[in-house]
Amino acid sequence: MSQTYDRRKFLAEMLKFPPATIVLGVIGPVKLLAAAGDDDDGYEPTEHYYAMGIRVEECIGCGKCVQACKLENDVPDEPFYFRTWVERYIVYTDGEVQVDSPEGGIHGFPPVADESFPPVADGKEILRTFFVPKLCNHCDNPPCVQVCPVGATFKSQDGVVLVDEDYCIGCRYCIQACPYGARFLDPRTHTANKCTFCYHRITKGLLPACVEVCPTQARVFGEIGDRSTPLNRMMRMSHLEVLKPHMNTEPKVFYTALDGEVR
Amino acid sequence: MDPEHLAQLESALAHVTGFIYPNEVELHWSILIVIYPYLTGLVAGAFILASLEKVFNVKELQPTYRLALLTALAFLIVAPMPLQAHLGHPERAFEIFLTPNSASAMAMFGFVYAWYLMVVLLMEIWFDYRADLVRWRQSDKGVMKLVHWVVSLGSRDVSPAAVAFDRKAVQFITIVGIPSAFLLHGYVGFIFGSVKANPWWSSVLMPIVFLFSAIVSGISMVLLIYYVTTLLRRKELDMKCLNTLASFLLYALIIDLSLEALDFIHRLYESEESIEILEQLIFGKLFLSLTIVQILLGTIVPMVFLAAARFSELPDEMKRMIYFVAALLVQVGIFSTRWNVVIGGQLFSKSLRGLTAYKLELGGQEGLLVAIGLLVLPFLILALLLKILPPWEEAKTSPEPSEAPLA
Repeated sequence: MSQTYDRRKFLAEMLKFPPATIVLGVIGPVKLLAAAGDDDDGYEPTEHYYAMGIRVEECIGCGKCVQACKLENDVPDEPFYFRTWVERYIVYTDGEVQVDSPEGGIHGFPPVADESFPPVADGKEILRTFFVPKLCNHCDNPPCVQVCPVGATFKSQDGVVLVDEDYCIGCRYCIQACPYGARFLDPRTHTANKCTFCYHRITKGLLPACVEVCPTQARVFGEIGDRSTPLNRMMRMSHLEVLKPHMNTEPKVFYTALDGEVR
Repeated sequence: MDPEHLAQLESALAHVTGFIYPNEVELHWSILIVIYPYLTGLVAGAFILASLEKVFNVKELQPTYRLALLTALAFLIVAPMPLQAHLGHPERAFEIFLTPNSASAMAMFGFVYAWYLMVVLLMEIWFDYRADLVRWRQSDKGVMKLVHWVVSLGSRDVSPAAVAFDRKAVQFITIVGIPSAFLLHGYVGFIFGSVKANPWWSSVLMPIVFLFSAIVSGISMVLLIYYVTTLLRRKELDMKCLNTLASFLLYALIIDLSLEALDFIHRLYESEESIEILEQLIFGKLFLSLTIVQILLGTIVPMVFLAAARFSELPDEMKRMIYFVAALLVQVGIFSTRWNVVIGGQLFSKSLRGLTAYKLELGGQEGLLVAIGLLVLPFLILALLLKILPPWEEAKTSPEPSEAPLA
């Protein structure tokens, strides 16, 4: 991932800061930053601020996003490691809630009537069912970043929470601190791993893999700000919710039609 | 990928009840992280016990003063080892010192530890032993002469002025040491208590509960070590000292239990959204280790034993047997306490909808054998320290200040 905004690059930019300061007054901050970044593709992290929208009412639980994520990001195949997964909620008329996510929903979900699914008990009636895709919330106030003892996990300027795997010591405090279960320890590198919003793609102007493959456009990716993007449109037109708002993590994954049962 | 690790995860998955997030099948902080607060608790507790004698002038505890300091040192040396062994990249551990994230509670570990080891414990032991070291060196032969010369750092002055300075220094370091000991273990409690994502850990009482359980564990451990080493040396146990240890252990247990009860009642009364899953945890997977071992066998039974023996007319032999058994039970209880915090806090899903399982392996980096090794190691180090720096009364070369004739 040569595009990540890593420590080395940060230091390199810091070194260029004194001469750049002089230029600042002349050509203004935008041009300055463009000059300071020696990245050939001209990607400028300060000019972007990413977020994701998830339209729960559109998700059909096909699991294509989970598959695409595993392929795109070389996530271990075993069903214990997920950068994104899909949960199915079944709410019964008596108020009982049943949640499952077989293998993270990567193969979709067996029909509720299917024999492989625990049958609906006698006298029970399903009130409603829905699917909820989950991933790292790229919190604006991320507890994982706060607890990392060495600063290996950090918030990039474009609003993405990333892990520097060359720096992570594998203490797993960040995994404990994440309220959403979004992190895992990569069994190959023994470092923390999680969703990056496909940082290697978005910095090239592409969509995250999960968004790209979603057949119903349940996932909407884009930037927050004054640009006219599908995400901004969704955010303007919908009633938005985030997961566990009482944690004050300020997630940047926004849900529409999110049921109160979802945690 | 390690097939053994995968098999472990498969078996954990089979024990999941309800719903957990898919990434939660792996339980991340293993028995090694249980041992870490257990060891640091003993360090802080033993030091606080030692300071009772120096700062609060509890003269009955004089026979255990040096023993308590050496116990604290032995356990402190081992304390970071389970942490180190547990890291995914142990070779990068030094990054915590080089580029610490100042917002991270864990990043402060190195500094708290270094402060406690270098400034508090080693300095206090050195000043307390300095005059003895100088005199031992004069009568020593062979290797011990060299060892004592090295440990004394070549110091030679045993004039009354120098010895008086030693006493003042020890006094001063102990006064600095008490808040440091509170910091050392209170800080460990903070590491857990500040994780807001985890309702079992997230509690402002956590550092205080940790602190008092540390005092309990330290007193009972020093009592056990004093008992065993005295018998092994075929000496008489100082009954006054044992009675005082038992009293302090009882008082600390009362405070500890009250705090735990307060925490429990508070949770129950507030009845937040996590209460249901925590109820399942307490009455299910943690019933044996929490209710039976930690609270009943590890706290209430020793409290009854200690109170009964301390304030009764039993013969001394009987009393100290009861103290010994009570202290042993307390150790088992404290280890359970650490287990219930560290492992218990990871047995339920943060979705608050399900429970997972932890299976302790026998071998491997995070297995039972390594854990036992790390628990035995402090005693081996202590044995060595007792050889180099004998804390016994008969090894002392100068009378205690209280017994010295007034100048």
